[in-house]
Amino acid sequence: MIEVKDLVKKYGNHVALDHLNFTIEKGKVYGLLGANGAGKSTTMNIITGYIGATSGTVLVEGKDVLLEPEETKKRIGYLPEIPPLYTEMTVEEYLSFVMEIKRIAKEIQKKHIEELLDRVKLQEVRQRLIRNLSKGYRQRVGLAQALVGWPAIVILDEPTVGLDPQQIIEIRQLIRDLAKEHTVILSSHILAEVQEVCDHILIIHKGKLIASESTTQMMARVASAQTVELIIEGTEAETAAVLATMPAIDGYQLALEEDGFCRVTIESDYTAGFRRALFKAFAQADLAILQMNAVSNSLEDVFLELMNQPQNAAETAQVKEDVQ
Amino acid sequence: MIAIYKREYRAYFQNMVGSFFLAFLIGFVGVYFVTYNLNYGYNFFAYALSSGLLMMILAVPILTMRSFSEERKSKTDQLLLTSPLKLHAVVVGKYLAMISILAMACLVFCLCPLIIKLQGDAHLKIDYTAILVFFLIGCVYIAVGMFISALTESQIIAAIGTMAALLLIYFWRHLVSLLPSGAGANVVMLLVLLVLVCLIIEAYMQTWAVTLTIGGVGTVALVVAYFAKSASFESLLSTKLANFDIPSILSNISDSYVLTLSSLVLLISLIVIFNFLTLQVMQKRRWS
Repeated sequence: MIEVKDLVKKYGNHVALDHLNFTIEKGKVYGLLGANGAGKSTTMNIITGYIGATSGTVLVEGKDVLLEPEETKKRIGYLPEIPPLYTEMTVEEYLSFVMEIKRIAKEIQKKHIEELLDRVKLQEVRQRLIRNLSKGYRQRVGLAQALVGWPAIVILDEPTVGLDPQQIIEIRQLIRDLAKEHTVILSSHILAEVQEVCDHILIIHKGKLIASESTTQMMARVASAQTVELIIEGTEAETAAVLATMPAIDGYQLALEEDGFCRVTIESDYTAGFRRALFKAFAQADLAILQMNAVSNSLEDVFLELMNQPQNAAETAQVKEDVQ
Repeated sequence: MIAIYKREYRAYFQNMVGSFFLAFLIGFVGVYFVTYNLNYGYNFFAYALSSGLLMMILAVPILTMRSFSEERKSKTDQLLLTSPLKLHAVVVGKYLAMISILAMACLVFCLCPLIIKLQGDAHLKIDYTAILVFFLIGCVYIAVGMFISALTESQIIAAIGTMAALLLIYFWRHLVSLLPSGAGANVVMLLVLLVLVCLIIEAYMQTWAVTLTIGGVGTVALVVAYFAKSASFESLLSTKLANFDIPSILSNISDSYVLTLSSLVLLISLIVIFNFLTLQVMQKRRWS
C-alpha cells in the first residue's frame, strides 16, 4: 500500500529523517511511535505530500508521491497534529469546502456529509462555528475532514493529544471501526494507546526506524522489561543483606524513606516467579514488605531495550543520556 | 480553484476585512470626489482617483496580509497542500477573491462619472479608462501584497512589508531621480545589480559553476561595453527604471489624458510575475 524507501529529510544541518525504510500493508492499523522530535510528523508530512523529502521515495499504491501527487493525495486522508480548521466557518460549511477541494461529486455531497457527521458524532454541532467548539469537537471535525471521500489510507498525527479520557476512548473506538475498511497510520508517543489500537508498531528514533514489529511481539518485549518497586520495613543494611542473597539481581537502587522504611527499585526483566522469590527472601529475614509493584516500562525504556541490541550498541550511550 | 475562491471571498466578509477595505477605499475616494468634483466643480473623476491611489497604500496591506500568512500560522495550508488541488489553483483562487473585492469598489466608482454627468459636462471615456487603470494598479498592489504574505507567518510583518513595498512604488519616480547620472556610477550600480542577480540564481540553482560563469560573463561584458562606449551609460539606470513608475500611469490619464499600451503591458506583466513568484515561494518552502 505505502512503500517508504530510503527517506532522508534535512532541515539545514539537522537530519530529521535518516534513511527511513518501511512498508505499510493494506487493512491494518499502524502505530508510528517515537519521542517528540523523533521524526513522526515529518514522515507523515512527506507521505501526504505536504513537504518534500531531501532524498528517497514514497510510493502510494505503486505511485510516486512526487510524480503523481494528485493520484496519491486522492487516496490519503490526513489529520495533522493541529487540525487544519477554518474557524470562521461552521462545521457543515467546512466539510462542504473540503469536499469541493477533494473533488467529491456534487450529487453525493449532501449524503456524504450526513455519513461523516454520523460517523464522528458531530450532528448536534453541525451548524456551529468551529471557533466556538471545544478541543474534542475540533479534533472530530479534523477527523471528519480526513475521512472525506473515504480514502483508502487514513493518516492521523497524534489524534488523541489534548482530549479528555472519555473523548480519547471514543476516538480510539472510532479508529478501530475505521480499520475495518481503511488502512490507518497513527502516530503517538503513548505506548498504551498504540498497544490498544494498532496491529503493527513502527518505532522511530532520531529519524531512524529502530523497530517494526506486530503489537503482540512488541508487548512481549515490554512485558519482559519491568521494574519492581518495594517498600521494606527495615534498615538499609538489613535490606541490602537480603538482596545480596538473591542470585538473579544485576543491580538495584535503595533509598531510606522515613524511620525504618526502605524504598528499593530493582530493574531487570523479572517475572512473577522473581517476585515470589523476593517475598520469601524478605519473609525469611523477618522484614515486612509493605508494598510491591511491578511497573511496566515506559516507551523510553523500550527504546533502551531496543537500543541495547548488539547492532545498535554504539548508539546506546547517547540514547541513555537523552533519556536521562 | 472555484472552491478556494468562494471560501476566500466569503471569509473576507465574515471577518470584516473585506468590508473594512471597501469602506476605507470608497470612503476616501468619495471624499476626494466630493471635494474636487462636486465642491470645486472639476469635471474629471480621474483626478479624484489619482489622488485616491495614495489610500491604496494603506488599504491593500489590510486586504492581503492574511492571504497566506494566516493559513501558514493556523496550519490550514496543510489541508490545501495535502488535497488533490494544484498549487497554482490555490494561489490564483486566493488572488481572484482579493481582486473581486477591489472590483466591487471600482464598480461603485463607476457611478461617479455618471453623477458628474448629471451636473453638467463629463468626460466618460477618460474617467472609465482611469477606473480601469486604477483597478489594474490595485491588482498589481494586491499581487505584491500576496507575495509578501506568502513570505512570512506573521500578518503584521506581511502588512508592514507590503506597506513599505507600496510606498517604494509610490515614491519610485522621486527615488529613481536621486540615482547618480555619471557613466562610471551607473556601471558600478549595474555591477551591484549583477551580483544580486547572481545571488538569487545561486539560491535557486545551488551550483557555483553556473553562477560564477554568469557573473563573470556579465562583468566582462559590462566593463568592455563601458570602455567601448561610456557615453551610453550616462543616466542609464535612472532612465530605464523610470519606466517602472506605476502611479504616473494613472496621473498621466488625469493630467494629460494619455494611456500607452506599454504601460498596460507593464501592469499585466507585474500581476503575472508576482503571482508566479508567490507560487515559487510556496513550492520552495516545501523543499526547505
